[in-house]
Amino acid sequence: MPTVSMTVNGKRVSAEVEGRTLLVELLREHLGLTGTHVGCDTTQCGCCTVHLNGTGVKSCTVLAASCEGATITTIEGLATEGKLHPMQEAFREHHALQCGFCTPGMIMSAVDIVRRKGNDLDERTIREQLEGNICRCTGYHNIVIAIQSGAAAMKQSRPSGAPPG
Amino acid sequence: MYDFEYHKPKSLDDAAATLSQHEDFKLLAGGMSLLPALKLRLARYSGLVDLGALGQLRGIRREGDEIVIGAMTPHAEVADSAAVARAIPALAALAGGIGDPLVRNRGTLGGSIANADPAADYPAGVLGLGATVVTTRRTIAADKFFIGMFETVLEPREIITEVRFPIVEAAAYSKFRQPASRFALVGVFVARTRGGVRVAVTGAAPSVFRFKEAEEALTKQFDSTALDAITIAAAGLNSDIHASAEYRAHCVMVMTKRAVAKAANVPSPCNERGRVRQGATMSVNINTPSPGSSAGERGSTYR
Ligand SMILES: Cc1cc2nc3c(=O)[nH]c(=O)nc-3n(C[C@H](O)[C@H](O)[C@H](O)COP(=O)(O)OP(=O)(O)OC[C@H]3O[C@@H](n4cnc5c(N)ncnc54)[C@H](O)[C@@H]3O)c2cc1C
Ligand code: FES
Ligand code: FES
Repeated sequence: MPTVSMTVNGKRVSAEVEGRTLLVELLREHLGLTGTHVGCDTTQCGCCTVHLNGTGVKSCTVLAASCEGATITTIEGLATEGKLHPMQEAFREHHALQCGFCTPGMIMSAVDIVRRKGNDLDERTIREQLEGNICRCTGYHNIVIAIQSGAAAMKQSRPSGAPPG
Repeated sequence: MYDFEYHKPKSLDDAAATLSQHEDFKLLAGGMSLLPALKLRLARYSGLVDLGALGQLRGIRREGDEIVIGAMTPHAEVADSAAVARAIPALAALAGGIGDPLVRNRGTLGGSIANADPAADYPAGVLGLGATVVTTRRTIAADKFFIGMFETVLEPREIITEVRFPIVEAAAYSKFRQPASRFALVGVFVARTRGGVRVAVTGAAPSVFRFKEAEEALTKQFDSTALDAITIAAAGLNSDIHASAEYRAHCVMVMTKRAVAKAANVPSPCNERGRVRQGATMSVNINTPSPGSSAGERGSTYR
């Protein structure tokens, strides 16, 4: 079985995987990072969103072997020094979740939206950019509010506006 | 998903050699179509050859009167490219309307056209613009490339390296999205070129096709009223739980008219000699549907 090595949330990791092992399986089953969820396993729901070399991807549809040498950030890697990332804080503050199943993917996707569209986001942009993430509880209302506020807060906490990972 | 051998060649020659040594190896690009198919066990290969390390297959450049896009360029890069937005804004808008942002971060031009999904967007852009597909073996005109449902003229060992899109006088893509999958229920790409108008239709039939009657009428008069007397027969069009063939036939006419109206309103980046005007700018806004466009039609509007 091939061995893959990559950096996950700042740590070097290596694992033996099969060709078919998915990135999400590597994260959850080999590394125990169960914050990344599997909702659909068919590339639809976005619960499995992580950052691969800084870009949001659905980790249920990326091979672990393809990530050799890559840098991965998962929901567990967003908080720094025990302090929630501004986007996590915004989700908490605005109660942007009910069951919480979609939340890790929503937050990872939200940070990717900021990377692509900047910190000043209107409602329409957020709703359209969130098309790859499905929530079955909230009706999205508070999620949209949280992303708007989290995006603005990211600008304040990081003058460059650059998201981590 | 059945297991397979995984290969990630460092050069195009390596990739081609690995493919020719193994009968049932398959290329992997963004994996946005292939991996879901493997998970559903709709397909099975003993090995995958990942093109992900071949940086030379990724990128966008302007060469004379063409925009050249590498096969491994993700949809998101085309959607956000200033060069594409300036030269062929309709193509940037098309790429920005594929699937969702996370799919666009990963899925590639080469994968999309090799896959030739009957409801995929890029085939309409490639055929509508009369692009040229460049492979490790030859160059293929768009008119010869797509031959059926999930079927192209590509040979099993052939690798797409880039696609060359001619810069045309005006173009627009109108897509009626299937709201759950976001693929085109019907998508129509209209391009006004020096050689006449081209109209390519995706989503409606087993394969993308040119709508010749509309092309002739629009070449005489580039105005959506030129299409008033034209209809398209439902016979031979797709019929499924999402839409009947009759509905699609109607939709083809509506999307064609919308695309023409959009293209006609847009200042051309080319002057009459077909040369590109210096400093011609055009902003692309993939987020704002034009007033009066239906909720189903998204990601294809620019102003
Ligand atoms: C949720 C979701 C929504 C989507 N919505 C849309 C949509 O609205 N519109 C749309 O058009 N598409 C849509 N897609 C499909 C998406 O655009 C895919 O990215 C695309 O169809 C395949 O590209 P890929 O790079 O992922 O290719 P892969 O899945 O890696 O490969 C697809 C096929 O192409 C072959 N291939 C790949 N690269 C090459 C090459 N360079 N040369 C020769 N053969 C090659 C592979 O062997 C394979 O057979 C969607 C996908 C998902 C998961
Ligand atoms: S689990 Fe990956 S998109 Fe749903
Ligand atoms: S909070 Fe339950 S699925 Fe989104």
